[in-house]
Amino acid sequence: MGNYSLSQGNHKSVAMIFFRTAIYVILIITAIYFLIPLLIMIFTSLKSMDDIRTGNLISLPREISFDAWKSAWDSSCIGVTCEGIKGYFWNSMKITVPAVLISTFIGAANGYVFSKWKFRGSEVLFSILLLGCFIPFQIILLPMAKMLGTIGLAQTIQGLILVHIIYGLAFTTLFFRNFYVTIPQDLVNAAKIDGAGFFRIFFKIMLPVSIPIFVVCIIWQTTQIWNDFLFGVVFSSGETQPVTVALNNLVNTSTGVKKYNVDMAAAIIAALPTLAVYIIAGKYFLRGLTAGSVKG
Amino acid sequence: MASLTIENVKKQFGTVEVLKDISIDIAHGEFLVLVGPSGCGKSTLLNLIAGLETISSGTIKIGDRDVTSIAPKDRDIAMVFQSYALYPNMNVRKNISFGLETRKIPKPQIEQQVTKVAAMLQIESLLDRKPAQLSGGQRQRVAMGRALARDPSIFLFDEPLSNLDAKLRVEMRAEIKMLHQKVGTTIVYVTHDQIEAMTLADRIAIMKDGVLEQFGMPREIYNNPASMFVAGFIGSPSMNFISGEIIEHDGELQFPLDAQNGERCHMPLKDLCVNPHTLAKRTVVLGIRPEQISAFSSTDQGNSSVYKLTCPVQITEPTGPDTLVFVQINNQKTTCRIHPDKAVLPGESMALGFDLSKAILFDPKTEKRIH
Repeated sequence: MGNYSLSQGNHKSVAMIFFRTAIYVILIITAIYFLIPLLIMIFTSLKSMDDIRTGNLISLPREISFDAWKSAWDSSCIGVTCEGIKGYFWNSMKITVPAVLISTFIGAANGYVFSKWKFRGSEVLFSILLLGCFIPFQIILLPMAKMLGTIGLAQTIQGLILVHIIYGLAFTTLFFRNFYVTIPQDLVNAAKIDGAGFFRIFFKIMLPVSIPIFVVCIIWQTTQIWNDFLFGVVFSSGETQPVTVALNNLVNTSTGVKKYNVDMAAAIIAALPTLAVYIIAGKYFLRGLTAGSVKG
Repeated sequence: MASLTIENVKKQFGTVEVLKDISIDIAHGEFLVLVGPSGCGKSTLLNLIAGLETISSGTIKIGDRDVTSIAPKDRDIAMVFQSYALYPNMNVRKNISFGLETRKIPKPQIEQQVTKVAAMLQIESLLDRKPAQLSGGQRQRVAMGRALARDPSIFLFDEPLSNLDAKLRVEMRAEIKMLHQKVGTTIVYVTHDQIEAMTLADRIAIMKDGVLEQFGMPREIYNNPASMFVAGFIGSPSMNFISGEIIEHDGELQFPLDAQNGERCHMPLKDLCVNPHTLAKRTVVLGIRPEQISAFSSTDQGNSSVYKLTCPVQITEPTGPDTLVFVQINNQKTTCRIHPDKAVLPGESMALGFDLSKAILFDPKTEKRIH
């Protein structure tokens, strides 16, 4: 019987190896297919202009040069100023970090209230808030511009932060609320009886168990806000523009020859932070997105 | 430690009335069990005592203090939840001390209290573990420890044993009873298990559909149930309900038992209720517990409250200490609890002795007891 099961095991594993191989081959091919554009970007950014003119799109750089990166960072011309994208990169940082942290934290507090401290009409309020997830942002541009003007934040970084916080709240609230409904009400009741109030329960019981959903929220918000173009182009100008807008302007600045290597380097620089966030926290992202969908 | 007074408490969710005019009063140090089928409102009542839900009308007093509209944290209560509700991010020590820290009790005193409680529940070795690393029984202990540490005036238990396996449940049941004897604090305990209710309680409150069906000591409830619901709910196997029409026989009103094999016996109604003549020609329900029907023996001969009836046995269920014998009386299935040596095989007939001294009558329409 031992032999029998062993031979069957072998038979099985041959088929398994075959299918495994097939799966891996398919995965590798698709991965290459999706990586090629990125590779072309990286290669091009490392080429000199001569190299680009004489070689073809996917050829390796003849010699590696970081001149294009340097130029993209601090000397290429955007409009009339020639200081690269570094200022705009820091603008994006100054917008993204506070906007992400504040919107995530308020989302956590909102989610906590909507799941554990329901009040009359809280479900209706939550549904209305959720509409924010589905509003096409183009339709609120004009009223928002008017509002920012009224409160004196038009064309400022603070104004952009405010806009991103407001339009991030719908999603962050949804994330946290859906996470917190999976946490038993008894836990909150136990803490209430233990004498803890609204904030103590929030900080001591709820927040410590919220790390997965925090990661999800931070990744989501960072990606949204960093990659935003629409709000950036409408609600800021010149000095206060985020990197996405600057990148667009850099590529469209039409003085002299088109420097593909600089364009590519600038594009990669503009994409690096979101890439980094994904790589560092990506595994939590999937785990957190499915958290609560399955019991356990 | 304190008494608990619940006066005319009502609770509505929207238009649904889940608690209808409940009044319960227990003395300091008593063990009250709220029992009933699911949906009877017992957990809601516990939550009202805890202050986790707001009361629609009525008052709740702990000791002399009216706590009806006081926040849970100021009621001086501690609660053990069915799900244990241990804080997952804190270790056992932190779980136990959280309530004390919230109340700003000095550190050395907290430590002393945690050590004391841990020793009492034998969980010293678990103090540095997280709840996820504990077994069900250990979590249960920690949950009790968290309640004990606070030394409240009332303990509330919400079906604390229902997530444990059968063996552990019996063990923990005994431990809760010991604990109560040791600390002497007033306890309100919710369960749907009538055995837990019987074994633990000083007072039982049986509820059904938001109504308090009966409130009393376990023995009183067992022996003198106020309604068919209470009679059927408490006791396992549950009480037999045999309906029959009152007849006049030998010049007195009698309740007939018909074994469907030509054998009959008649029980004088005057032994079963106070005013037999009001029941003439009516149909009533005789409630008799399985242990009040046993094998008829020679010692029963002289006992005037034991009536003999020979019945064909349909099924037997040996449980070990007793054998449950099922017979048909008045065309209704009747359970009898027989000593295993005396039980006969299915199909055979058996002489059964019906002990009327504890049998009771019910009105089939109102399902209330006829005294």
